[in-house]
Amino acid sequence: MPISEILFWFLSAVAVLCAMLVVAVKNPIHSALFLILTFFAIAGHYFLLNAHFLAAVHIIVYAGAIMVLFLYIIMMVNLHDESGAKKRNFFKFVSAVSAGLLLLVLTVAGKQADLSATVNRATEIGTVESLGHSLFNEFLLPFEISALLFLSAMVGAVLLSKKVNQV
Amino acid sequence: MTILIFKIILVLAVFGITMLIAMYSTWAERKVSAVMQDRIGPNRAGPLGLLQPLADGIKMFTKEELIPEGSNRFLFIIGPGIAMLTALITGAVIPFGGDVKIGGESFALQITDINIGVLYLFGVMSIGVYGIMIGGWASNNKFSLLGALRASSQMISYEIAMGFSIIALVMMTGSLSLREIVAQQDAGFANVMYQPLAFLIFLICAFAETNRAPFDLPECETELVGGYHTEYSSMKLGLFLFAEYINMFISSAILVSFFWGGYNFPFQHELGLGENALAIVQTGVFFLKVFCFIFLFMWVRWTLPRFRYDQLMNLGWKVLLPLSLLNIFITGMVMYFTGKLS
Repeated sequence: MPISEILFWFLSAVAVLCAMLVVAVKNPIHSALFLILTFFAIAGHYFLLNAHFLAAVHIIVYAGAIMVLFLYIIMMVNLHDESGAKKRNFFKFVSAVSAGLLLLVLTVAGKQADLSATVNRATEIGTVESLGHSLFNEFLLPFEISALLFLSAMVGAVLLSKKVNQV
Repeated sequence: MTILIFKIILVLAVFGITMLIAMYSTWAERKVSAVMQDRIGPNRAGPLGLLQPLADGIKMFTKEELIPEGSNRFLFIIGPGIAMLTALITGAVIPFGGDVKIGGESFALQITDINIGVLYLFGVMSIGVYGIMIGGWASNNKFSLLGALRASSQMISYEIAMGFSIIALVMMTGSLSLREIVAQQDAGFANVMYQPLAFLIFLICAFAETNRAPFDLPECETELVGGYHTEYSSMKLGLFLFAEYINMFISSAILVSFFWGGYNFPFQHELGLGENALAIVQTGVFFLKVFCFIFLFMWVRWTLPRFRYDQLMNLGWKVLLPLSLLNIFITGMVMYFTGKLS
């Protein structure tokens, strides 16, 4: 077995296991930590697909910034309660049905997927150079519009936090 | 096969050198502080107290190990480990010197030259906070928790300005590989000539990222006992403290590589040295530059008082961040008008 295949199976196992533990463990801090491990496994997959930039940004943004803030909030509100909130039976029923529906959709989609088409591993599409070229040439307008969208979200967040202070 | 053996030796050498420098940084810190405060400093263990780090290490290892009740045992133990791990793996992309020729083959004195070296550094730096956060939270102590929260908010805030200051540099050099950035400074001037503002911002953020004074609020002893490592004893405390010194060394090495020409020095090709001799001299020059920055770190620590928390946040968000954005803007304008945009 080539080393990339071993890595693929290892990373997949880590990703699936950790993703399951995110919802299975009771302690919210542990949940967040398993989510971070999942992100690392997924970043490893990006590396295997030659998408170096995406992998690095995935680590920096998700594991390095967003999850730090998540942990920060969980530690701030100090959710030490491990028993978990008592959920009503109605919610359990609804979540079971929706999860089952999602499983159905995924299975059907997977069955119809064409698995014969293999990914070209030597692709250069994910390197920083090619990504930069396509972002700033071909997809310049969508890129700039999404940047504006993020900016407006930031301004909105700042405005909301200001409003709470005034009341 | 030879490249594999060379790399393994290089990895071990970098690990050993990093540990050695961190060890003697603790000694140098005490000596520097002693000079600044008109004291003598450690002088009992060996000549000039040179064996002091060894004595400290033995002391740390043989001290009683305490794990506080009600803490999360696994996370409590893994916290210092993460801090140490993230401190050590940054050394992998730093170019320590030029190429050496062994048996007709050319090897670079750098563990790995990945084409996203700068992003790798930022990725590792951004996960470096987890050691402190996890350790602080798992201690089940309010002072530790406060220290951990301070550390995380401080690092997140200063990472942004740090990243933006590097964007201006990357715009200029057009590469994310550290070796390429260093090699470009061989041909021209050191990057600090072109990007003084970026250097200044990066330097300040490096102080904040390593939790050194005047940004050492996470372990502020006057308010938080010991901050995130209040509950730690024995070598686990040692690892946290040691990680700080390794971070200091790595930050200095990054500063030198980005802004001060890395291993290059003026007129290096006019000396008429062979390739191997030049590489050795270059490595020596690199470490000399790094030591200057480590001294700067210590100098600042024993000179400036600690920031207040609101001052820290104001400096990060209202001064450094706009300045770094301005720097990107100026760099872009200059590049546009001098026709360097391709």
